[in-house]
Amino acid sequence: MALDVRPAPGGARVAPPPQRRRWRTRLSRLDVSLSPYLYISPFYLLFLVFGLFPLGYTFWVSLNHWEIIGGHEYIGLQNYSRLLTDDQFWNAVGNTFGMFLLATVPQLLLALFLANALNRKMRAPTLFRMGVLLPLVTSIAAVAIVFTQIFGRDYGMANWFLHFFGVHKIDWQANKWSAWLAVATMVDWRWTGYNSLIFLAGMQAIPRSLYEAAAIDGATRIRQFWSVTVPLLRPTIIFVTIISTIGGLQLFTEPLMFNSGYMNGGSLRQSQTVMMYMYENAFQRFQYGYGSAVAWMLFLLILVFSLLNFLIIRRLSRGAT
Amino acid sequence: MKAVIRRRTHRAVAGSARLWQASPLTYVVLIFGVVLSAFPLYWMFVVATRTNAVVGAVPPPFIAGQHLGANLRRLFDNEQAHFAKALVNSAIASAVVAFSTVFFSSLAGFAFAKLRFRGRNALLLLIVGTMMVPVQMGIIPLYMVMVHVHWTGKLQAVIVPFLVTGFGVFMMRQYAGQAVPDELIEAARVDGASTFRIFWSVVLPALRPAASVLALFTFMQTWNDFLWPRAVLNPDNPTVQVSLALLNSAYFNDYTLMFAGTVVATVPLAIVFVVFGRQIIGGIMDGAVKA
Repeated sequence: MALDVRPAPGGARVAPPPQRRRWRTRLSRLDVSLSPYLYISPFYLLFLVFGLFPLGYTFWVSLNHWEIIGGHEYIGLQNYSRLLTDDQFWNAVGNTFGMFLLATVPQLLLALFLANALNRKMRAPTLFRMGVLLPLVTSIAAVAIVFTQIFGRDYGMANWFLHFFGVHKIDWQANKWSAWLAVATMVDWRWTGYNSLIFLAGMQAIPRSLYEAAAIDGATRIRQFWSVTVPLLRPTIIFVTIISTIGGLQLFTEPLMFNSGYMNGGSLRQSQTVMMYMYENAFQRFQYGYGSAVAWMLFLLILVFSLLNFLIIRRLSRGAT
Repeated sequence: MKAVIRRRTHRAVAGSARLWQASPLTYVVLIFGVVLSAFPLYWMFVVATRTNAVVGAVPPPFIAGQHLGANLRRLFDNEQAHFAKALVNSAIASAVVAFSTVFFSSLAGFAFAKLRFRGRNALLLLIVGTMMVPVQMGIIPLYMVMVHVHWTGKLQAVIVPFLVTGFGVFMMRQYAGQAVPDELIEAARVDGASTFRIFWSVVLPALRPAASVLALFTFMQTWNDFLWPRAVLNPDNPTVQVSLALLNSAYFNDYTLMFAGTVVATVPLAIVFVVFGRQIIGGIMDGAVKA
């Protein structure tokens, strides 16, 4: 696309240079000066049309009362002020953060420990790495179908397993906490291995001499993990946490499939996320303006929360050193 | 005194060498992790080979049955799911997006890493910035754009917006910087090669390892994408994931049908993973160190 924008030098075409050589020099100079822009332009064109414009336009739409395509009316920040008193919206925010925390905290801890285990001299390291990464090859939709069945009330494997421990049948979808837990399990299953590989990469960059020095000082394995590995892994931990935050706050497919495709996240909206609420407003109630306002609020939440994460982790891991 | 210190040091260092050796406990932890990772996939396959009668069985079945063929036939005969069409759609979209992302990302990555031009740093910074913005944010107006150009329900709606990504450009730029020596490019230039010729004959071959990782990732991502295809495509012209969701909402009691669908949707990626697993792992770990 757009590869034919290379302009022929107009003047040169009207009056061809007397010497073929000069013509070629000019052409190659043009090649050198124009090529870079030509090569990077596809990205910017696509981004402009399908990325930046939609993003800006979302903001414009969010300032309007915009029902179905066509008629709309500028109403300023009214959509936003309506959002602030919208119980369903705050319910979705609460659900999103609940599921995000329930999924991310154990996930990152697990990934850290898994990476620590993978970071040793062992037989068949690639096999183990591929093993923990296996869930990544499945689609979220497939994962959700499988786990929804596992967390079924009557025939689910989770309840069957729990009954050995005397736990009575849990209706996973019906309660807020159990629904959150089920969705968090899906997320963790899929992403823990991936994150542990990223941690592993960071761990391999830590010089072993530091561990030797720590060992000489008499530090135990556990002490070494918390006092050497974790502080030196800080950039990786920040990176993984922020990526998980961006992904986690946009949670959509898992809770949707867990509710058999219902955008409301269950009869009491017990597992409706912000993303689902946005979708419900825009594509089911056809309130594009209001849906766009939800989208921008989510964007702000992600921004604020990523920044907060960054500051907290930096402080925490600095405290450990 | 010195001897004592030396002995103690010696012992500690030997201990730390042992520290790097995986202990039996390490293996137990890792095997447990692998089993947990593999089990839902294995179980997906088990249910897909069974009849619906066993879904309520106590204890649940843990060994494959013989009905995979019958379940697959029901899946592909199902008129609502359009599963065969969905497979073709997903294959086309994933292949086109992967191919074009690699091509345009390599081109742009080469320009950013090896060519001098005005505004290079600012333009690169902009690309890094776009990586922070979640694509899903713009989904409503993106949908409006698609309505406007009459692309809703058509496959190009899930292809064209993703032909090249900021992530891809950035990744190839990082790789090109270290994989292609400047001298090689200069030499080709002196020999009279055009910029595109240099890209095609000198740079692209050198980028092959990173390009294949990017291709794999992009393919997997497009194959697995759900939110946008679900918004913009019609139920009668779906991708695999949309079709799975259709099955899930319409036949949520017919587990073996749905599980047969998830197996078929997962098999192509599983093959890719088995064949290219080493590269995928390398790609993830490389990306992490550089980030």
